[in-house]
Amino acid sequence: MTFPNTVAAAVPAVPPAQTRKRGTLSRLGQTFAMFRNGKSIAGLSILGVFVLIAIFGDWIAPYGPLDKDFTALRQPPSWVHWLGTTHMGEDVLSQIIYGTRGVLVVGFTAGVIATIIAVAIGVTAGYVTGWRSESLSALTNVFLVIPGLPLIIIIASQYENPSLLLISSVLAITGWAWGGRVLRAQTMSLRNRDFIQAARANGEPLYRIIAVEMLPNLTAIIASSFVGTVIAAVLGLTTLAFIGVIPITNLNWGTILFWAQQNGAFPDFWWWYVPAGLCIALLGMALSLINFGIDEYVNPRLRSAGERARAMRKKGFKLSDTATAVRPRPAAAGTSGPGTSSDPGTSSDPGVTNAGIK
Amino acid sequence: MTTLEFKNVSKKYRVRGSGELLALDKVSFTLTSGQTIALVGQSGSGKSTIAKILTQLERVSSGEVLLDGTPIPTWGRPLRRYRQSVRMVFQDPFASLNPAHTIRHHIERPLRLDKVVPADQVEEEVFRLLNRVRLSPEQTIDRRPHELSGGQRQRVAIARALASRPALLIADEPVSMLDVSIRLEVLNLLAELQREANLGVLYITHDLATARHFSDEIMVLHHGTVVERGKADDVILRPQHPYTRALRDASPDPEKHFAVPTTPGATS
Repeated sequence: MTFPNTVAAAVPAVPPAQTRKRGTLSRLGQTFAMFRNGKSIAGLSILGVFVLIAIFGDWIAPYGPLDKDFTALRQPPSWVHWLGTTHMGEDVLSQIIYGTRGVLVVGFTAGVIATIIAVAIGVTAGYVTGWRSESLSALTNVFLVIPGLPLIIIIASQYENPSLLLISSVLAITGWAWGGRVLRAQTMSLRNRDFIQAARANGEPLYRIIAVEMLPNLTAIIASSFVGTVIAAVLGLTTLAFIGVIPITNLNWGTILFWAQQNGAFPDFWWWYVPAGLCIALLGMALSLINFGIDEYVNPRLRSAGERARAMRKKGFKLSDTATAVRPRPAAAGTSGPGTSSDPGTSSDPGVTNAGIK
Repeated sequence: MTTLEFKNVSKKYRVRGSGELLALDKVSFTLTSGQTIALVGQSGSGKSTIAKILTQLERVSSGEVLLDGTPIPTWGRPLRRYRQSVRMVFQDPFASLNPAHTIRHHIERPLRLDKVVPADQVEEEVFRLLNRVRLSPEQTIDRRPHELSGGQRQRVAIARALASRPALLIADEPVSMLDVSIRLEVLNLLAELQREANLGVLYITHDLATARHFSDEIMVLHHGTVVERGKADDVILRPQHPYTRALRDASPDPEKHFAVPTTPGATS
């Protein structure tokens, strides 16, 4: 090489085959890096179970949700009805299983709609300046202070039989503002960064600056605002169903609570209302855990000390493919642990090693 | 031969609450391809404002900027064509590359945007550009900025600036954020590329030593006005303006460094 002092020479030689592999797969890994921590994984697992229940509800549920068995009214849990029955002899477990679908569909539809609104308004408000930014910000603030639930009640009560999409849209319209506000703040801080200025100086069109240069840097915040809206929508939906604004034909956990309340289940017939309440809490917890995980990814300072050390070690391993080439790990010099056991020369029992030294 | 001319350019910033700030006051100079001018001045003297005007991230308040005799277009395709011939290397290589994208994306974009080469030759051209800035294309092209060192990143930024084959290059303190040990390397690379492509370079810095090393002429900016301009050696060795003198005396002199300090007792 003619330039021995160049940077290229300083990079340790890596076989080209290895660099070729870093394609779409590593890019995908980068995109989902925010979900690769204990809290997010726990949350996603719980959520995954609910999603499976929602998809395969028809096969899992032992009875139809409205099948009436008049020989078993208000029965406590038994082997026939795992979670007991209602006053009409309906199986509570089946109702919970069928209700999962209603909750998740509305929750996620509302989340998607709200996120689209939040990104469109928040990012635009952050990127433009002057009166345009101020007016979009004012709009966000108005929606932020609108009391959501009363508005939903008013809108929903205008319709005889509101569709799921309508309910989701109403929940979305009242729920996007918080995400929009956070996105606006983050975009404002991004827009003055050098790499955005560089893209502008290169003559990138506005839509590409926002969609290609900015949005990838906002994914974590968009994901977190999506999850937050889903939580709000789930709680909103169950609340509406519980107070009876949404017709009973839409089966969800809130409807179960509504019927339980209407028919004097509190407090004696606990199997009727406790499972639905627990499911709401569990789903909320799962979504919150995902959000905590994303927050920690965005702001590593939120991690506890142990997690931080583990994350560092994880990172150390990733970087070590170049580091070890220069400085091989000392082969079990003073350390005991996995390093010693892998070495066939030394005993895996530290006690024996100590005896040998003595 | 491309000539860029600043003619009585002034720039006012509106400051909320306290009226206006005059960042540039009737600045005039010309920069032609093949020539290197160092723009020296302390923080707030208006150096970066000149860079922003040249890249059209800011507009002039009065006066005009001419490229080969025609004023800079302010929008649309003519502006893009102007931007193709005037490119900038930013100060901070840790901030000027998008953390979400690979090196390939950074160098490919200007190539595709300005259609410098046909679409099927883009990859080849990216490899060529990375080789030109002495980066190994195989090892860097699919990496993200955070996987590279500061010096490597600044090389990527230089390759990006050169991608559209500009006639003029603005280097806004290109080495001030880099490790001292690699500053000279990057500066030499810039100088070499400048000679190769016959670039006109506006080297913005507050470091008089590298300004003298790197450029033909030095222009001293103070409170938004050019107080002195001349051949690099003349400005450093025989400064005319008191501010230039102060600036020169403020920078450490290796010869004075080891001189025995004169104490009252030592003199006889």
